[in-house]
Amino acid sequence: MFQDVDISDIINGIPSAVVIVDTSSRVALMNDKAEALTGRSNSEAAGLDAAQVLRSSLQPLQKHLAPVLKEGHSVVEDGDILDRNRQLVPSRFSLAPIEDSKGRLIGVMVAIEDITHQVKLEQERASATIFEGITGLSPSMQEVYDQLSVYASSDAPVLIDGETGTGKDFFAEAIHKASRRSGYPFININCRTLPEPLLEAELFGSEDHDKTGVIRLADHGTIFLSAIEEMPLALQAKLLTVLDQGEYFVPNSTKKVAVDVRIIAATSRDLEELTRSGGFSEDLFYRLNVLRMHLPPLRERADDIPLFIERFVAAFSGGDDGPSFDAEAARILKSYAYPGNIRELRNIIEHAVTLSGGGQVRVEALPDYVSRAVRQADAAGGVSGGELTPSAAGRPMKWDEVEKEMIIEALRKSGGRRSEAAKMLGWARSTLYRKLKHHDI
Amino acid sequence: MKVMIAVLKKDVAPRFDLTLEAVFADIKRGKVQGEPRMILISRPSGEELSGLAVKEGVDRVVCGGIDQVHHDFLTWKDIEVVDGVIGPWEEALAALAASDLRPNAILAGASAG
Repeated sequence: MFQDVDISDIINGIPSAVVIVDTSSRVALMNDKAEALTGRSNSEAAGLDAAQVLRSSLQPLQKHLAPVLKEGHSVVEDGDILDRNRQLVPSRFSLAPIEDSKGRLIGVMVAIEDITHQVKLEQERASATIFEGITGLSPSMQEVYDQLSVYASSDAPVLIDGETGTGKDFFAEAIHKASRRSGYPFININCRTLPEPLLEAELFGSEDHDKTGVIRLADHGTIFLSAIEEMPLALQAKLLTVLDQGEYFVPNSTKKVAVDVRIIAATSRDLEELTRSGGFSEDLFYRLNVLRMHLPPLRERADDIPLFIERFVAAFSGGDDGPSFDAEAARILKSYAYPGNIRELRNIIEHAVTLSGGGQVRVEALPDYVSRAVRQADAAGGVSGGELTPSAAGRPMKWDEVEKEMIIEALRKSGGRRSEAAKMLGWARSTLYRKLKHHDI
Repeated sequence: MKVMIAVLKKDVAPRFDLTLEAVFADIKRGKVQGEPRMILISRPSGEELSGLAVKEGVDRVVCGGIDQVHHDFLTWKDIEVVDGVIGPWEEALAALAASDLRPNAILAGASAG
């Protein structure tokens, strides 16, 4: 029925580049798209080594063709191809066996699909995954952003340090999500919340209670151990074995378990000091401290506070246009020191948005302790902006407006001396210059 | 004239960026001087190979395919790139010596298997 069908017509109808390769890995036939892709005509390419014509990343090509020719199975592989214009084109190679009428394997059909668009989308998605929900433009965060993608591409342990509420768990998960382990579990264990026997069973399992430890559950994935400094020394030694040897004994058992997990640990303490004083295993410290990430406290990234406020307001008001803040509420939020960092700011905004009932957030909607702390600092002569009087007090103001008012007032009080104005505002001069430009002052 | 040929076994390597071996030779008055030198690099890297070409002071690079970035780099360094060459590297070297190697050349030995 199909004897009179021309195979060229068939492969030219396929919407991908197609190359028919014989059992010696030589080109037998190409369709129009393959000619355009490789820059070689059928007459030029026929009989040439397909690897030389295709210039793909499947090298050596024979190795990739072998299972198709030996076992007759189709294979799909992703890679790239160097096209006639010297561009690397991300490609999906579908290798399918070709049999003659007697069922003998006589060659391979190589279909090459351009997946540039798909790869770009995946890269954008991976990039978005890394930064999803991560807010901040301050210079102190730039190093952290740079580290994120580097650490995600590594498999070494990571030690994250930072004050409570700086988002250590968030960054640990971001590293996991952007890593090759992202398809496997990310398990978060707080070493502070469990007493030693329970923590041991939680991590390593228990033969007595037929419990599987999370280290095993997280095989191929990542375990995040927060408050690592609280881990008892005996368990630290056991964790070191997992890191060094990739295996451990289940408690009260002779059963050895091999695992492939990445450890990300976090601490809000000075782990070096704790190690020096004998409160933490020196071996484990050096083993964990391969890749280090320091998350700065919110007070060192004050420029990011408005961004966080905007984000939390949107989250708690269920939309992008949340309530605005009156001038005094905005000033207090800007001046507060946030010892509990981002977590505390989040709670304050949740409190304020809830109490404001969807209207303008006035100072009364902020938790009392926050307003009190700022006013006490004002009274003690702190640089909290207490002397600044926004000209449009009483009118609902957005953060940008409040900030602009504060800068103008500081410049007025300093007689136009920018260094002094910056000092009054508690900013570096460079920050003031940047903001002057931003506000077009 | 100093030349570098990216090679894969006995052939010109199809991809410059995936090449692990390069042959260096000196051509004077239409003849290859002495024995060509073979250099192995530790991992496939277009950057490393380009750096090697510059370090060795070659005038011409021969390869199967090269991406535009490395092509532009070598050209900027005044190194002529003859790409798209298919066939045995020894034949490519002989054609170079005879001033008879053009981009996209398919050499006689290419289909010999």
